[in-house]
Amino acid sequence: MTGLGVVAAYALRESLRRRVFAIVLVLTAAFLGLYALGTQRAFEEVAQFDSDPVFEAVDERTIAGATLLGLAMFGTLFLGAVLAVFLTHAVVRGDAERGLLQPLVVRPVGRTTLLGARFLAAGVVCALYAAGLFAATAGITYWAGGWWPDRFWLPAAELAAAVVVICMLSLLGSVFLSATANGIAIFMLVGAGIVGGLLGQIGDALDSETLVGVARNASWALPFEALYQDALHSISSKSFGLTGEILQLGPFGGAQRAGGTLAPWVAGYVALAGGIAALAFARKDL
Amino acid sequence: MPPALATLGLAKRYGTIEALRGVALEVEEGELVGLLGPNGAGKSTLVKIAVGLVHASGGEATVCGAPAGSRSARASLGYLAELFRFPGWYSADEVLRLHQRLAGSAGGEAERTELLGLVGLSEARGRKVDAMSKGMQQRLGIAQALVGSPRLLLLDEPTSALDPAGRRTVRRLLEELRARGVAVLLNSHLLSEVELVCDRVAILSRGSVVAAGTPAELSRARGVEVATAAGLREFPDATRDDAPRIVADLVAAGERIYEVRVRQTTLEETYLKAVGEEAT
Repeated sequence: MTGLGVVAAYALRESLRRRVFAIVLVLTAAFLGLYALGTQRAFEEVAQFDSDPVFEAVDERTIAGATLLGLAMFGTLFLGAVLAVFLTHAVVRGDAERGLLQPLVVRPVGRTTLLGARFLAAGVVCALYAAGLFAATAGITYWAGGWWPDRFWLPAAELAAAVVVICMLSLLGSVFLSATANGIAIFMLVGAGIVGGLLGQIGDALDSETLVGVARNASWALPFEALYQDALHSISSKSFGLTGEILQLGPFGGAQRAGGTLAPWVAGYVALAGGIAALAFARKDL
Repeated sequence: MPPALATLGLAKRYGTIEALRGVALEVEEGELVGLLGPNGAGKSTLVKIAVGLVHASGGEATVCGAPAGSRSARASLGYLAELFRFPGWYSADEVLRLHQRLAGSAGGEAERTELLGLVGLSEARGRKVDAMSKGMQQRLGIAQALVGSPRLLLLDEPTSALDPAGRRTVRRLLEELRARGVAVLLNSHLLSEVELVCDRVAILSRGSVVAAGTPAELSRARGVEVATAAGLREFPDATRDDAPRIVADLVAAGERIYEVRVRQTTLEETYLKAVGEEAT
């Protein structure tokens, strides 16, 4: 096994042993249970609208399904962010302060390999978690109301990529900040991204170019938000007319199509953040 | 063969603080060198530069001929940090297995068995780190440092958490390692421990080596005292070798001798003199 594999396996085992992983699993189970209950009730209510002429112009089942799944995607991003932050917030400075890092760093593995392996392990765990949770909530939505998102794999991949971006930001922060400070800083960044999305929604509603522009810049500066917005858009990308308009105004950040430049931007962003982290770690005195 | 550890003009600056000021030190193969000095003297910084945890601001440091911090240098050494921790859910055996993989050691189970035996942890092989006492963790740390048969071992306060029996185990281990040709740099506050096991001692103060030599050289003679019927006679420049002649001369002169005492400066006195007010 190579140094990368050894450290990744070590980090993976550490990830699964951490208490936060068990807490996230309990929260996830509670979230899925409540989501199933809420979705079932919501679709029962929606079924009664069929005979109401007010709802003739819209596809209320699509609105309900996409809104509920959008809400679940917000929950997925939030829980994924919690997992990502707790798996990576102490990788460098936090572990060094606790004395966990030094015995590993002096081995002939290399600091960049060590950092890469930690990112690989946390990224894989978080990406699988986010994609799995999205799949579970999509399945529940289908079970409860017979509604399935217009696209499945793209939003699953985008949510997974969003938490990987958060992993990398947290890893980068761990080189400079103590564990607590880094955890707080990353949660503030996640919050800033969500606020940016909400600003975009308000901008859309008020037809304010300035607000929409600010929100767009914020979501690209923090691309987990752009990924989330594009994922949100893709679950109802085939909806049009009044239904499409309503869904675009949906909860927790408006659905925005990002276009083809998002994927290379995210790849470059993660590579740049990783490069800065590796460079700073290589120069850091422990 | 290059020295196991060699530093020349080694300097380290943390902002405005000079932690090391041109330190020159060599540790040869199979040599056990003690590093003494008060808190903040630069001992840990020196060790950390040698293992690649800290980057030097100036000068050079090599480990077995390779620049300190390089992959080749790190492959040649074992290190026990002053403050370290292993994941609590790992057993002693798993900690050593992890470090075997990281060090590329092919020693397998036989090496782990030998190392756990050397530090007196054979019975605790399957015990989780969380369930170990601090002293046991420290002994496991020493075993971890020995994984892969390093040519240079750097131990930063290896006995700070050990009871007297544990300290004796470590002393015996160090003697065993010296016999195997392993070079050891021992960073310790315990002068008696250093005096007992080390071939040479270097005393650091304010980032510089202020005294160096064998424990015997540093514990130099300070005269001979002879208790006679006429009172105490002092010979301040005499050494132990002069004592028989002094006694013979006094007896020849008709003196009655009751006691002869060779006075020596202890390592502790030399240390306190070398580091001055810093140690107080």
